[in-house]
Parts: sequence; C-alpha cells; structure tokens
Amino acid sequence: MAELRVLVAVKRVIDYAVKIRVKPDRTGVVTDGVKHSMNPFCEIAVEEAVRLKEKKLVKEVIAVSCGPAQCQETIRTALAMGADRGIHVEVPPAEAERLGPLQVARVLAKLAEKEKVDLVLLGKQAIDDDCNQTGQMTAGFLDWPQGTFASQVTLEGDKLKVEREIDGGLETLRLKLPAVVTADLRLNEPRYATLPNIMKKKIEVIKPGDLGVDLTSKLSVISVEDPPQRTAGVKVETTEDLVAKLKEIGRI
Amino acid sequence: MLVPLAKLSCLAYQCFHALKIKKNYLPLCATRWSSTSTVPRITTHYTIYPRDKDKRWEGVNMERFAEEADVVIVGAGPAGLSAAVRLKQLAVAHEKDIRVCLVEKAAQIGAHTLSGACLDPGAFKELFPDWKEKGAPLNTPVTEDRFGILTEKYRIPVPILPGLPMNNHGNYIVRLGHLVSWMGEQAEALGVEVYPGYAAAEVLFHDDGSVKGIATNDVGIQKDGAPKATFERGLELHAKVTIFAEGCHGHLAKQLYKKFDLRANCEPQTYGIGLKELWVIDEKNWKPGRVDHTVGWPLDRHTYGGSFLYHLNEGEPLVALGLVVGLDYQNPYLSPFREFQRWKHHPSIRPTLEGGKRIAYGARALNEGGFQSIPKLTFPGGLLIGCSPGFMNVPKIKGTHTAMKSGILAAESIFNQLTSENLQSKTIGLHVTEYEDNLKNSWVWKELYSVRNIRPSCHGVLGVYGGMIYTGIFYWILRGMEPWTLKHKGSDFERLKPAKDCTPIEYPKPDGQISFDLLSSVALSGTNHEHDQPAHLTLRDDSIPVNRNLSIYDGPEQRFCPAGVYWGSWNLSPVNERMTVNKGGLRGCVELKHSVSSTLDSETTQLNTAVPPFIMYM
Repeated sequence: MAELRVLVAVKRVIDYAVKIRVKPDRTGVVTDGVKHSMNPFCEIAVEEAVRLKEKKLVKEVIAVSCGPAQCQETIRTALAMGADRGIHVEVPPAEAERLGPLQVARVLAKLAEKEKVDLVLLGKQAIDDDCNQTGQMTAGFLDWPQGTFASQVTLEGDKLKVEREIDGGLETLRLKLPAVVTADLRLNEPRYATLPNIMKKKIEVIKPGDLGVDLTSKLSVISVEDPPQRTAGVKVETTEDLVAKLKEIGRI
Repeated sequence: MLVPLAKLSCLAYQCFHALKIKKNYLPLCATRWSSTSTVPRITTHYTIYPRDKDKRWEGVNMERFAEEADVVIVGAGPAGLSAAVRLKQLAVAHEKDIRVCLVEKAAQIGAHTLSGACLDPGAFKELFPDWKEKGAPLNTPVTEDRFGILTEKYRIPVPILPGLPMNNHGNYIVRLGHLVSWMGEQAEALGVEVYPGYAAAEVLFHDDGSVKGIATNDVGIQKDGAPKATFERGLELHAKVTIFAEGCHGHLAKQLYKKFDLRANCEPQTYGIGLKELWVIDEKNWKPGRVDHTVGWPLDRHTYGGSFLYHLNEGEPLVALGLVVGLDYQNPYLSPFREFQRWKHHPSIRPTLEGGKRIAYGARALNEGGFQSIPKLTFPGGLLIGCSPGFMNVPKIKGTHTAMKSGILAAESIFNQLTSENLQSKTIGLHVTEYEDNLKNSWVWKELYSVRNIRPSCHGVLGVYGGMIYTGIFYWILRGMEPWTLKHKGSDFERLKPAKDCTPIEYPKPDGQISFDLLSSVALSGTNHEHDQPAHLTLRDDSIPVNRNLSIYDGPEQRFCPAGVYWGSWNLSPVNERMTVNKGGLRGCVELKHSVSSTLDSETTQLNTAVPPFIMYM
C-alpha cells in the first residue's frame, strides 16, 4: 500500500507562549515582531503523516500552507520534521488577514484533487481563531468521508480506522479512502525538527488564482477588544448575606 | 551491527562500571560522612558525566550527519549577520560562489536580541547604504539628550556637551530585535543559509588542532540526562573558517580561549548586567526621540552602573528603559533586579511611567572590559567577532556599531583568503590573521583605545564620580590620548566581599503598578521551556553552592539572577540546604547566567552553560 499520498495543511500562528496584545486601533492583535510558530495541532498532523511514511504505508507527504511569505518558515519546519515537499499558496498580507476556514478549505480541496492525494491531514483547529472548521469544510468540498478529533489512526488495506475523541468518550469509525482526518492532542507527540532534513528540500510557490480559487470573504471584523478586567470577588460571612448580595446585584 | 558487540562488551562493561562506581562514589561518600549536608546531584550534562560511561546511553545511535560549507557563522546577532551579509555582498560583486551557513539558537532571528538601544549607525550604513529604501526599522532619530545624577529625592542635570561619550547626535533609537530580524531577512535574500532554532553546541577539530566547524545540539533528552524516544543527534557543519559571534560570554568561546590560549595577553573580561523593560505610556508623557541617562541613586558610588530611558517613535507611545549594574559590585546582598525596580520609583522617573503599562521584560549581560580585555581574535580555523570577544564602548554604552564593524572586517578578510589564488595554509582550517590586523587599523580600535581608561577610573575613592571627572579631563579635553592604560581590578568575582562584611539591603516591596516582582517579570518575558529537559546550566562541582556560595556569600545567585533560576531551599529549612537550578530564562539568559556566575568563579567552581537541547524560548 505504499502508493498512498498525503497532504498535510499547516498554519502559521502566534506562538502559544506569547502574551497577546490588542492593537491600539482595535482592528486586531499585534502581530508585528511577535513570535510565530506552527499551530500545535498542525504539528501533530505532520507527525502522524511522517509516522505513516516511516511505516512505509505512505509514499509521499506534501506540506501546504496558505498565507504571506513568512508561511515558508512553517512549511520548512514541516519539511524538517520529515515531509517530502512543500507548497506555499501565496496570499498578499492584506488579504491574508481576511483568510478564513472557507477560503482555505477551497484551496485545500483544489490542491487535493490536483495532487491526487489519498488522505488530507490537518490539525483540528488553529489556536488563534479556534474555528475548528477547515477540515470539515474541506471534506465537504471534496465530498470525502471525514474523521475529526482523531486520537488514533490505523490504516487497514484501503480503509482508515479512526478513533475519535468526542464528548461522550471515544468513537471508532472506518473510513474509505480518500478521506480527511483532523488531529487532536493525544494523537502523538511530535518530534523535533532536525537540520539535515531542511537543507535539501524545496518549497513550490503557487497563487490561489492558479488553482482557480476565489478568496473573497463575506466576513469582516468590526472590532477586537480585550476581555473585561476581572473585578475582585466579595467575601460574605453567612448564607443570608450571600442571598442578600445576590439580590442586590439583581442576579436572583 | 552494534548490538552483538554491545552484548559481548556488556558483561565486561558492567564489571568496569561497578569498579568505576566504587572509584567515583567512594570519595563522595567520604565527604558525606564529614560534611553536615548531602550533595545533591544538580548537574546532568554529558561534559561532567560522560555518556560512554552512562548505562542509559548504551546502544543509542550516536551517528551524526555532516554538511560542508565555506563559512559557518555561530550566532545571528548584529555581528554574525553583518559578517554573513558582507560575505555574500562580496561574493556577488566578484562573481564567486561561497556557501555561508548561519546557526542561531533562537527560534526566530532577533528573538534573543536585547539592547537599549541607541544605535550609532556608521557601520550599519556602511553595510546597507540603501537602508532607507529597503525599509530598515531605524525610525527614531535622537532629538534630545539628557543626563542626570540622581540622589534619593532629586535629579541634578548634567549638560551633554558635544564630544562627551554620552552625546547621541546622529544616532537612532531602535528596537534591536526588530533590526536584527530585518537584517536576517536581508541575509536570506542574499542567499545566506539561515538556521534559527539550532544552537551550536560543540566545536569540532581537525586532527591538526584547527577548528573544523561546529555541531548543533542533540535533542530529546530528559531532565536527568537520559535519552528520550525522540532523541536525535545534532548536525555537524564543517567549514574552512568558522566565525564565532555568540555574544557576551559565549560558551563555545570559553572553550576556545582555553584551547588556543587566547587570553594570555589580555586582562580578564569584566561584566555588567542590563535589565530592561518596555512600557506603553500615557501620550502626554511621550517625547519621541528623547534619550535619558542617569547615574547615582539607587547605586552607591562604588557600584558601577546607570540607567537609560529611551522614547521610541514607532506608532504608539513606547519607551524602553533599564538599568545596567557592573558585576564587580562588592555587596553580595545586592540584587540588580530589585535595584532596577526601585529606581523606577524615583520622583524624576515615576511620572513618565504613571498610567502606563509594562509589556515586556528582559535582561542580558554586557562586557565592560573594553580595550584591556580584548583577547587574541584569530586561531586556526576560526575567529571571534562582536560581543563575544567584547568591543563595547563602555561610557557610550554602545557595542552594536563595533560589533557590526568587526563582522564586516572579518568577512572581508575571510573573503580575501578564500578567493586568493596562492593560498597556502599550514592547517586545514584557515587562519585569517588579516582580520585582527584590519581591526587594529580601523576606527573600532581607535574608539576603544580612547575610552579605555574611563571604566577603570571608577575604581578610585570617588567611585563613579571619579570616573566622570576623569572622563571630563582626559576624554573630553585630551581625547583619550594619555600615555597610560589603567588596569581593571581583577575579575569581577574577586571583588565580592563575604556576607559578614556587608550590610543587607532593605528593598521596598513591589507595588504592582510601577515596580514588579521577579516571577511575574519572568512570565512576561515570554520564556517557555519544556519541563523534561536538562537544566541549561552545568556546575562543575555540585557541592559549591552550599559549601561556598551560601556559607561565605549568603547565596548571592538568588539575588543576581534576573530570571529566578537559582532556588535555594535553605530559605525554608536550614537543615536541608540544597540548591536547585530551574530552567527559567530570558532573552540572553544563557549568556547572562554564565557571566554573572563568573563573579563567583575560581579554579574550582563553576557554572558552564550547556546549550539547551531544544529551545522553546519566546
């Protein structure tokens, strides 16, 4: 079964350890000069793809990212982890700010068809917008089965057994390839990106127009604000006081 | 292939191991009987506990891949990047092909760069004559220069006349991290192979003793030194010449000094610690382009140091402020961090910060040795540039321009040798002695020579004020041409007095508005390390912290570390005295800790910095 090809989508997000600041004009958060890295769930997806390749179940792993020029750093990290090729769908910085799951899903669907892949792997959600939509929408566009929140992925012939983490516990699905899988936290522990892997690989740059995808968004951001400051709590001595206080602030 | 051998040798190995245990641990047991506290094992690094004797490493594949380049540069700071850019500029101009690889420990270029910073743009403009068109972030020309001497309540203004080192006319206030990041982009555009996130951990040597290149750090090691499932060896990068631009007190440079005896004819380096914060202030207090320096309170005249406050002009009302403290301070109760917090409450500083918000914190070590402490700069196979050997102009508190120039000169000298037709080298690694000669003939040398006596002149009876008088007479009037060269008063650590001879300092509690405590500051620095990795600091002797540092000096490492890395549990229970080294850290933490610890250095101790296995810094 070493003829399978995998497309892994990765996103460049603000690093999880950074303290986020809202821009003074309230149109977004400060991204200039702030540390960015690969979305943690995307790292897990790349790791899974590379592991499948090491088990000789997959022939080629292609890493793709949509966005401005800096996305190439993220693709390079994926290459350093073991992906074979990188594709950068170049979007100018102004448009990149309005890029949402719907647009990315269109791009991924077109790429998946163009590259004739059998499996599309993504992280379950990005830590900057927490949308949790791209994988599902991509499956929708392609009309492929999907296994989201995967905590275990096993290849059985031409079928994929996916164990999903859902609210009630664990659900196991069997999907016929080609399929879309999104990675959840406990799928694996990503490896370190090592230097020898980066040095020899190239990244191909294409424009969304080449894929025939229109990136216009019907959403616009009105304002971004800090969450309200937490006020100090009030301590009360007895339950009667508690009830009185609650009545006072109109809660009961 | 290795397995059957391992099986055969395993038995024999285990016998040897058992014998060695007796040899290594028996003396330790003996000391345990005699001392009142046990010596915990803090250090796990393989330079102290070699891996070939460690059972946990048996059978682990230690093979390393190697890559060949023409020049490898360690460190992507102003010096390293200047060298890289210059090499490629020359290569393009002369139509030659040179492979330049740059390794940098930070995950992003510029992430570990910390400086005031007030940049003298001479060297920068030489490297990038079209910097404005290219959009270099030099956005804030200096418009106002102020200097003051602080007492506890007042500020005595001192006029900054042209010719004094503190005069900043023509300079720019920059965010050096952003500038370095921009330089990184230029380097990449020119074809330099830039590898952020990979630290050089080891120097490699040819059989003839010359430098062969470097190896990057191994990843996937547990806190106790054992390998993880994700363990992978680093990569070897071989080069004809290796440029070491590690910054202040680099750990590879330390090894090179020893191996090539580079410090035979210079004084020991002396250091300072610089703490910095970035604040968004109220617009009515914002004066873009203003440069403010003070000396005096809260430091006494025998403690070298001073503060800076720069108003940046980058769209929002941002100020960069900080305190530099010379590490030759005498009182082990001094805490540079708390002095900095205390300084912000001064009546002339506080109003600027009121109503503002602190958004960043960091610290770094600086070299203060200047001219007298510059070591030999070249050796077979490599050379040193930037703050690593140390070219900071101490009274001007600027080292970036000289670092950049040293990088440029290194690149030019290397390029000449690499492309010269009749190259005959005695060693496999090239020895570029031309670099040191060129540096000695450049303005860097003249500049450092003219200010060489200012820092040592602060050791007199009048302390820092004596230094200022000396500057006024000998530098301002005579331009540093006096025939004598003052010496430093030995290494920083020799100046520290025992705790019993000093009075503890009562620091005010942080108020959470202007001043802050250490832990929240470290959290703000954005440093984040994976828990299960070895400590970044290695002690040569694990018993020193309790037996020497605590007993004689009352554990000054708890006070001098701006990241709270050292934590002595003697505060909780005097009986169970031990010290742990946590993996806190800041921008420049690795170098910082190392240099600061040199205040306690002696032949028997010390702190080595080992490069962390996989950095997850900010």
